[in-house]
Amino acid sequence: MQLDLLVDQFKKKDPLAFEKLYGMYGENICGVINTIVKNDALAQEICQDVFIKIWNNCESYNSSKGRFFTWILNIARNAAIDEIRSRSYKNDKKNLSADYFVGILQLKEEEESSSVDTKGLRNLVQNLKEKCVQIIELLYFRGYTQKDAAEELEIPLGTVKTRNRSCISQLRENMEVR
Amino acid sequence: MDVEKYIASGILELYVAGILSEKENLEIANYAKEYPEIKKEIEEIEASILELSRKASPGYHYSFKALMNRINGEVKVVDINEKRSTPFLSYMGWAASVLLAVGLFWMYQQNQDLKSNIEVVEKQNVDLEQQIADTDSSLEQTQKLLNTLRDKNISVIPLGGQDVSPTSYAKAYWNKQEEKVFIDAKGLPEPPDGFVYQVWSLKLSPLTPTSMGLLEDFATDENKVFALNNPNNSEAFGITLEPAGGSESPTLEQLYTLGVVNAS
Repeated sequence: MQLDLLVDQFKKKDPLAFEKLYGMYGENICGVINTIVKNDALAQEICQDVFIKIWNNCESYNSSKGRFFTWILNIARNAAIDEIRSRSYKNDKKNLSADYFVGILQLKEEEESSSVDTKGLRNLVQNLKEKCVQIIELLYFRGYTQKDAAEELEIPLGTVKTRNRSCISQLRENMEVR
Repeated sequence: MDVEKYIASGILELYVAGILSEKENLEIANYAKEYPEIKKEIEEIEASILELSRKASPGYHYSFKALMNRINGEVKVVDINEKRSTPFLSYMGWAASVLLAVGLFWMYQQNQDLKSNIEVVEKQNVDLEQQIADTDSSLEQTQKLLNTLRDKNISVIPLGGQDVSPTSYAKAYWNKQEEKVFIDAKGLPEPPDGFVYQVWSLKLSPLTPTSMGLLEDFATDENKVFALNNPNNSEAFGITLEPAGGSESPTLEQLYTLGVVNAS
């Protein structure tokens, strides 16, 4: 209920509500962007742009767009994907080495200066099967539809929903253990 | 509704991923309000994704203040744009005043032109009035002349062309009572420079010429009608070409026209 009130206030352009939401989700949104661009500084830059966009478009959010986090997640990944496309980021060597977000692990462990919590991330995904990493990546960080994900992973459409549920359950267990 | 089965279907995970239709989203939002289990499940799914994304995050070095500064900065850019409208307005002001000055100068020029036009027209007016006056007086003279020539006492004597100039002719209108002769010299050529026509009253037996006068200013006289006094009892009239100033006696070699007065 508190979140609903915050979001209502935010929709009325209340900066205090916006500050709280920024505190709640800022880091996560930067993380979502980072799973796509895999570049700390660029992720933070896009992250700022995304929050400005969120502020400027606050009135367009309503519950038909899902959870508030889901709404800003969608904005963030679209911004990150646009960025990659516009910079023809494909040519960047770093991106080639890491197709999925777990690629961040490889990538960041090579970089001593990285501020990504590689240890925490490793703990969180350590026992996740590769097919889980893939489906979570596609559905949450790439915005694939069930149909697109089924085609990408070469699995039946009906399997996407159930496999995703079991993978998320695994992730939740990992959180509890930690 | 079987809440557990609904949760187990995996639709709530897809709801958090944001890949359901708007209709499904609204439906689930309503279920979440109705069934606390569903709401709790959604929040836990969301928490796991939040955790995962937080772990992948490079953190955020930008404070909320920095973010708001950028947002307000963008607003300030709008302010600056608004301020730009002031110099723009003042440019408009300058442009307008320059335009006004040019317009005034143009109108001044137009005014001067009109004034000089009026002067010209006034001058033309005066000239025309003068012409009318001249024409009036000319008409008056002509009418006077016509009346004179219509006088019942007038005798008309045609003067025929002579050897020197066979095509020449003239007429003499003689009012004996008033002792005046009007010579209509329209049929005479213009005299050459330094020469003048001289009119003679003639007695025939013996031939005695008496000068009646000169047709002065022949070229400039419009009517070519000249009034001369003739107290003589003339029997004929002749016109000769003489050196300027006239002669004592006619140069008969230069006799242009000659006419005899009919006995009446």
